[in-house]
Amino acid sequence: MADILSILLSDSFWAAALRIATPLIFGVLGALLCERSGVLNLGIEGIFVAGAMTGWLAVWMGAPLWLGVLAAALAGAGFGLIHAILTVPLGLSQHVSGLGVTMLATSVAYFTYRTALPDVTSPPRITPFQPLDIPLLSDLPFVGPVLFQQTALTWLALGCVFLVWYVLNRMSLGVALRAVGDNPDAVDAQGLSVYGLRIGAVMAGSALMALGGAFLTMSAFDAFFFGMVNGRGWICIALVIFASWRPGKALLGALLFGAFDAFQVRLQTEVGAMVPGQVFLMAPYILSIIALVVAARGADYPRALLTPWFKGQR
Amino acid sequence: MIRIEPRPPVSGTVRLVLPLAAALAALALTAVPLLFAGAPVFTAYGLMLKGVAGSLFAFTETLTRATPLIFTGLAAAVAFRARLWNIGAEGQLYLGALACVWIGTGMIDAPALVLVPLVLLAGALAGAVGMIGPAWLRTRFGADEVVTTLLLNFIILIFVQMMLEGALKDPMGLGWPQSEPVLDAAMLPPLIDRMRLHWGFPLALVMAVLVHLLMSRTVWGFRIRAVGENAAAARHAGLPVTRVLLSVAALSGALAGLAGVSEVAGLKGYLTADLSPGFGYAGIVVAMLAGLSPLGVVVAAVYIAAVFVGADSMSRELGVSSYLADLTVALSLICVLLGGFFARYRIVRVPTVDAGQG
Repeated sequence: MADILSILLSDSFWAAALRIATPLIFGVLGALLCERSGVLNLGIEGIFVAGAMTGWLAVWMGAPLWLGVLAAALAGAGFGLIHAILTVPLGLSQHVSGLGVTMLATSVAYFTYRTALPDVTSPPRITPFQPLDIPLLSDLPFVGPVLFQQTALTWLALGCVFLVWYVLNRMSLGVALRAVGDNPDAVDAQGLSVYGLRIGAVMAGSALMALGGAFLTMSAFDAFFFGMVNGRGWICIALVIFASWRPGKALLGALLFGAFDAFQVRLQTEVGAMVPGQVFLMAPYILSIIALVVAARGADYPRALLTPWFKGQR
Repeated sequence: MIRIEPRPPVSGTVRLVLPLAAALAALALTAVPLLFAGAPVFTAYGLMLKGVAGSLFAFTETLTRATPLIFTGLAAAVAFRARLWNIGAEGQLYLGALACVWIGTGMIDAPALVLVPLVLLAGALAGAVGMIGPAWLRTRFGADEVVTTLLLNFIILIFVQMMLEGALKDPMGLGWPQSEPVLDAAMLPPLIDRMRLHWGFPLALVMAVLVHLLMSRTVWGFRIRAVGENAAAARHAGLPVTRVLLSVAALSGALAGLAGVSEVAGLKGYLTADLSPGFGYAGIVVAMLAGLSPLGVVVAAVYIAAVFVGADSMSRELGVSSYLADLTVALSLICVLLGGFFARYRIVRVPTVDAGQG
């Protein structure tokens, strides 16, 4: 018991929780933006992979870190555009199209990586984002290590939470975006473009997802591995429902998830000998399913989610 | 200005030609990554064809690869018909394989006539259980089965690794995480001498015919389609929608489980954690290419298998990454989706009428 308490009170634990949460914050925000406009984006898992690979590859080829981030976001937006064209003006199955985009983005990323580096055996490293280490602030007890020794990408993620919240709740664009996911006919009647809003939301959301991937290769690690995304995208799809499509709750959900994951890793070192290690590896996925089941009952899905809308047809 | 409008229902011929066109388009688009990799494009296509059908051995290899894809393709096809999104065939395949090695490596010693049906049944049952769970979570709690089945794939694969390092580990395996070999009496024998093609293939064909008959000729099949077309209307008409969904889930999971048994008992002889290079996910592409038709699944599975086998042998000769196959498979899915769109809708130009001056 005392051990558990000392874990929960340690600053390294909460710093790890925020670090684990960062890619999920990007991913949940991205998925939330797509779904709020009425489009489920199951391309997320592949877009994570594409973002991770693109950001890493750009830096490995000599680009500065932030250009790598931009490249990752553009790659994400590009795959988002494919999903958006298939599902918005063409109105095809969002499930199947999303899975197709995941397959496409993953295979494009893997193929590109293998073609660019045909004979490497150990993944080459880049110099990733370093902890910011803001003077004075990072010396504060507890908050210093937890908040002020994270990398710039974690701060970008936190900034994006505010940005998405601000756009959705304080701007007329956000009103239109939410309306297009609930009642596209009404948006059309106001003379706004349903297609434009949805395509834009899916592209922006996909760019955010790709940033989640970029965090993995450019901050959490310093190289690209096959299979490194490992279901994080799917976990985000579960967390969106848990977060009831709200940016603030998305942050909370991602943080709770990060805290749980950081906790079980620490628990593993305490009781590791008694339980097979795989039990701990399974835990995040099981937790996501539990979160989904708990949240599903009262879930207030965007009303037009999954429903295609065609101009000129009521 | 352009507008999208529905087209009158297309003829059966068009519906047969569409997936073919999609497959060809995907193969043609594969030239782009080939060029990107600096490979001689026509030589590459030639090598792929040679690897797929250049010899009896090559052709049987393609059918061997098609076998699990027929099972997982059927699994996806029946579930998608009922709009039950089973994306978990990959996990259910592993559950089937686990059940197969659990029973087939010495727990029961019996003649092949008993043991083979037993491992098949056990695998089907394990797969069925693996899908009934998520289906129940959906019907009971409304938890989206797409997400739960996707997450379960990861959980099950880790569980398999745990078993292979623990309870099911082969003590003679020199420390490798693999199961003991399946007893000879539990193995699906080879179909042709000195080839790897095994009795799992004809079994897969039989399942395709059975599923076809089930879907087209039985009340159960009719109910499955009714639930898929309009669940609310089906419920209103007094169909037991929940029961239909759970039964489809069981059928779909069982088919995926059989894929696992067939791979272990027909091909590998033991279980490792890399048994399936994504057969479950590729099954979704197979089902979509087949237009969810069970007989079409057979043809589509052979095509997807050919993509994998062809790309494998081409990449060995030219040094192009074999991830090319995954790219072609993904492109096939997207092309067939687009094809389905153009079968149902047409894009027409409408002259813009300006109401103010008109």
